Amino acid sequence: MGDRFVSRGFVGRRPDSGGDTASRIPPGQYLTDDFPVLSAGPTPRIPLDTWEFTIDGLVSQPVRWSWAEFQALPAREWTVDISCVTKWTKLDTRWRGVSIDDLLAAADLDPRAQFLVAHSYGGYTTNLPLGEALNGQAFVAYEYGGAPLEPAHGGPARLVVPHLYLWKSAKWVRGLHLVERDEPGFWESLGYHNRGDPWREERYSGD
Amino acid sequence: MFDESTLDANAVAGELEVLFAVEMTAVVGKCAHCGNEAAVGTLRAYVNAPGVVLRCSICGEVVIAWAWTPTGGRVDRSGASWLGQPSGAAPSAAAPSEA
Amino acid sequence: MPPEPLVWQIATVSAIRGETERASSFTLSLPAWRPHRAGQHYDVRLTAADGYQAQRSYSIASPPAHTGVVDLTIERIPDGEVSPYFHDVLEVGDLVEVRGPIGGYFVWEPALGGPLLLVAGGSGVVPLMAMIRQRAAAGDTTPTTLLYSARDVDDLIYRDELDALAGDGLRVLPTLTRAHPPGWTGYARRVDEPMLAEVLAALGPDPLVYACGPTLLVETVAAGLVNLGVPPDRVRTERFGPSN
Repeated sequence: MGDRFVSRGFVGRRPDSGGDTASRIPPGQYLTDDFPVLSAGPTPRIPLDTWEFTIDGLVSQPVRWSWAEFQALPAREWTVDISCVTKWTKLDTRWRGVSIDDLLAAADLDPRAQFLVAHSYGGYTTNLPLGEALNGQAFVAYEYGGAPLEPAHGGPARLVVPHLYLWKSAKWVRGLHLVERDEPGFWESLGYHNRGDPWREERYSGD
Repeated sequence: MFDESTLDANAVAGELEVLFAVEMTAVVGKCAHCGNEAAVGTLRAYVNAPGVVLRCSICGEVVIAWAWTPTGGRVDRSGASWLGQPSGAAPSAAAPSEA
Repeated sequence: MPPEPLVWQIATVSAIRGETERASSFTLSLPAWRPHRAGQHYDVRLTAADGYQAQRSYSIASPPAHTGVVDLTIERIPDGEVSPYFHDVLEVGDLVEVRGPIGGYFVWEPALGGPLLLVAGGSGVVPLMAMIRQRAAAGDTTPTTLLYSARDVDDLIYRDELDALAGDGLRVLPTLTRAHPPGWTGYARRVDEPMLAEVLAALGPDPLVYACGPTLLVETVAAGLVNLGVPPDRVRTERFGPSN
């Protein structure tokens, strides 16, 4: 390869390396105070009276909640740092929702279930090993920063898996499908890493 | 069905040409979801994402999507039943004319 | 002839011309120039010393007859990343990495005929200007109407040239959405369906339409024209995304 061309005087957006909080910024990421909106399609608008959330696949009995039923589930708050594979990290995001543990507890898992595939309104999918979703590591959020989650950020409800790149945190989530064998989701099928740990910079398949 | 973030496939015509080694926006395809037949240039593009997603202008489903990784580009075109060069007879096809 | 692969090349900025307060035209000399079609664009890629890159697409404003060079007219987006570099940093003689020409759907040439309805919002006029310039350069008489939405009269890119080209079957209809000078007799509102109906009625049946601009404007145009009976396959669109 020859010398790479450099545009005279171009610096791009000055990345914020985090200052005092640098130890909380995963490698290759920069800090942002914004909440950039990424999406593989138009923002779905799901009326709450038709919204539903389903757990199916390897369970003894599929479970379905309406919005009102979902609101009645035990809720808690999480304050977490989130990292997008497009290289921004946002600290101390505050969410309210229901843990995956509490959701799965209602469904009576088949012991063969090892993975889950999150399905969203609009057709998006992403996959997770069950072990990445349990013990309070992941939740379905319907409030962000003390207010109902906006549609642009995945409302009425989104999956949040804060310890993995944000494409795993499926916006507009409508259900979890439990499977025995891993099934790559939308971006995983196109060459993104199957696990996506920002601290290991697992951006692409093979990283 | 489409919101303000929507672009047209023309916005990513350069990436398409690199991926397929041919100018793609004048190529005609059939949506595998709804059967609509139209030029790739009619597809709606979503680019604020880890990759690029092209959706059918009629039904909104994904027709072509791709992402770039350090080892190259990977395309999923399973949302297209077929893709083909427009016939010279199609009046709206705008086929290149250089011999 | 097999297509040549689309590759990056290093162009030289050979001229910069202010068009409006916010838009300038940058003439790029290309070592591997290829003839383009009106409506096509170039991709521009900027690279920082640490390898960070930003890429955008900009429409070609110049007609294909200008060999060896292309003009890109670029609006400065205040919180943008690439357009401020063009306006605030680039000087004549600087180098810039580009690839193109790109696109084969949002293109027009005289052989495609008309009547031609061109609808522009803001800098969406750029690829349409390439069509108008090509039409003029070829001595083509396709009946053509440019409906051009801008904030105010000073925001109209190519205003003098459009005034000069009008006639010979070309109508130029600006519509000013924020402010208009005293005595203004043109449209003074956002493009809407009644406006499109008036323009269509004067243009004749079965128009070929190119609409380029912010997504909401293009959406209004595309939906309005279909309501007015224009077949969807006669309407080609280029959406910019949110207006700024």
